[in-house]
Amino acid sequence: MTAPNHQPLLWKLLLATGLMFGFGFALVPLYDVFCDLTGLNGKTSTMAASADNAIPDEKRQITIEFLARPDPKMPWLFQPQIRQIQVHPGEIKLVYYEAENPTQALMVAQAVPSVSPGQAALYFNKMECFCFQRQTLKAGEKLLMPLQFYVDPALPAQFSTITLSYTLYDVTQHSPAAQVAAVYQTGK
Amino acid sequence: MSTTSTDLHQHADHGHHHPPAGFKRWLYTTNHKDIGTLYLLFALTMFFIGGAMAMVIRAELFQPGLQLVQPAFFNQMTTVHGLIMVFGAVMPAFTGLANWLIPMMIGAPDMALPRMNNWSFWILPFAFAILLMSLFMEGGGPGFGWTFYAPLSTKYSGDSTALFVFSVHIMGISSIMGAINVIVTIFNLRAPGMTWMKMPLFVWTWLITAFLLIAVMPVLAGTVTMVLTDKYFGTSFFDAAGGGDPVLFQHIFWFFGHPEVYIMILPAFGIVSSIVPTFSRKPLFGYASMVYATSSIALLSFLVWAHHMFTTGMPVFAELFFMYCTMLIAVPTGVKVFNWVATMWRGALTFEVPMMFAIAFIVLFTIGGFSGLMLAITPADFQYHDTYFVVAHFHYVLVTGAIFSIIAAAYYWLPKWTGHMYDETLGQWHFWCSLISVNLLFFPMHFVGLAGMPRRIPDYALQFADFNALISIGGFAFGLSQLLFVWLLVKCIKGGPPATNQVWEGATGLEWELSSPPPYHSFTTPPDIK
Repeated sequence: MTAPNHQPLLWKLLLATGLMFGFGFALVPLYDVFCDLTGLNGKTSTMAASADNAIPDEKRQITIEFLARPDPKMPWLFQPQIRQIQVHPGEIKLVYYEAENPTQALMVAQAVPSVSPGQAALYFNKMECFCFQRQTLKAGEKLLMPLQFYVDPALPAQFSTITLSYTLYDVTQHSPAAQVAAVYQTGK
Repeated sequence: MSTTSTDLHQHADHGHHHPPAGFKRWLYTTNHKDIGTLYLLFALTMFFIGGAMAMVIRAELFQPGLQLVQPAFFNQMTTVHGLIMVFGAVMPAFTGLANWLIPMMIGAPDMALPRMNNWSFWILPFAFAILLMSLFMEGGGPGFGWTFYAPLSTKYSGDSTALFVFSVHIMGISSIMGAINVIVTIFNLRAPGMTWMKMPLFVWTWLITAFLLIAVMPVLAGTVTMVLTDKYFGTSFFDAAGGGDPVLFQHIFWFFGHPEVYIMILPAFGIVSSIVPTFSRKPLFGYASMVYATSSIALLSFLVWAHHMFTTGMPVFAELFFMYCTMLIAVPTGVKVFNWVATMWRGALTFEVPMMFAIAFIVLFTIGGFSGLMLAITPADFQYHDTYFVVAHFHYVLVTGAIFSIIAAAYYWLPKWTGHMYDETLGQWHFWCSLISVNLLFFPMHFVGLAGMPRRIPDYALQFADFNALISIGGFAFGLSQLLFVWLLVKCIKGGPPATNQVWEGATGLEWELSSPPPYHSFTTPPDIK
């Protein structure tokens, strides 16, 4: 009997290990794709929707609730102008969120939306949203931020209330715009 | 390779007869028996270190209010207790058993990759030294739970997180190397005639465990790497501000985590399937169904991870899918339990210590399985989630399941390893003290959990005080009972009545044909398989 050669099996198993390490990272985009298709995690689209073929359904009323929450490390004041609104599916609405930077410095913020129940996120279409780009406020500045949306009439019948929540994060340090502005201010 | 068998013989005869003496023997060893011993002693040490942390936890919870430790330190104790028991005690103990037993059970001279075997053990002490040293850092060690959920571990953790990540990396590398070694050994080094369906069940269950390890330990390595880069290098895998998602962490973690819990129980099934037939003096009932049941449990373990996350707001369809898949696992597990009972049925039973621990395993693991079924019911889980009921469940499957099986294995093969019989009276004392105290320790946790006591909290509402005092007394008693085990081990290693080759009247298998203790190099010529 000759000594068995372990190399082929060893390399196959090492390859499997490497592939599974890669698979762990592949789960990140897979999860995003899966969530986009199913609306699992309540994320809304980050692109503006068009309302070309939305015909308002006058017989049905949906309650939309608005929530706002600055991240615990975020000093801005941030709230919706109205807390709740009744809409017909397909009807286009415009509401505003208020933001104020009470600090002494220019700051950049990013709002991240979340819809509950998660499956309704697929039917909540935003035509314009302050969350599509970063918002920059100078020291003490106030801003009214628009949100234009409609609810897809195809929203399944079991949903009568949709809650839209925004969390506002401080992204000043990751923001080239803020750096340019800061240089501009100090340079003057 | 052109080496002939005569060459191999000369090597075996002249090359390794005198291992270096003292510490170097253990540091340089490539012998599967030495490495098995190292793993087992390491696991025992870690069992006591992790156990000491459990004693701190139970001392603090003896009364409501804050008595002994600060909440931050309490969190570090629960975190490191979990990490040490999972990665430092249970997993190395099983790897140690695999090292000792698999070559002897399949008639192989050693593990297939002996130098890698040396490495996979000797990096472990460094991993745990790093983890334990982090407790002495400014700000303390990791306190985010052994599950290190983001954003706790990414945004709200101290700099010990970096040490935690590196120690988990090393533990993972060690387990993966151990698993690769087991697979290559079983595939390539079985004695002629040892066909797949003749392999002892301990070998089968370990083979399947090794595949699970290779599938999920790299995913854990990826998870901790993402935590590291999120915390220190500005990535946003789990950070909503940068477009990530904290719930994604839980999906990736539990994709590793659920197969991981089967990694910690499948070898236990193999151990019990070895012990029960011996002391029933009957062959195992339903050998083939045991193999298929183990394989199906392993496959199903990849489809149930989200039952840890029912409260994260999944759609109803997903909750139902994971609920039914989880309940499906009860079927192959039930097959195993019934097979063990059927093996004992009308057997000529005797109740030596290994058999006592094996029977306790069957009963108490089944209790843990039932509470698992209760947790699998999605609507009920919203009540049980993050309470002591969960703590009771996983301690029944891991302490009276995995740990009891490891202790049973130690008693069962100790005479083979040392050549001496252990002290049966002392062993019975150890068993009964452990059995009574472990139930006093974990059973009332079901009650306080159902009543709403949250886990991982250093203080609790007054109405839980009496049960918690009982639980703590059970905990201290269980901890002290394990000192009996150490005393017994020391006695047995030092001496005792000589053991026969077969040791147990009903024992069958290749390892029982070797002398007790077996020669340093066994099966250098393959045995005949009848």
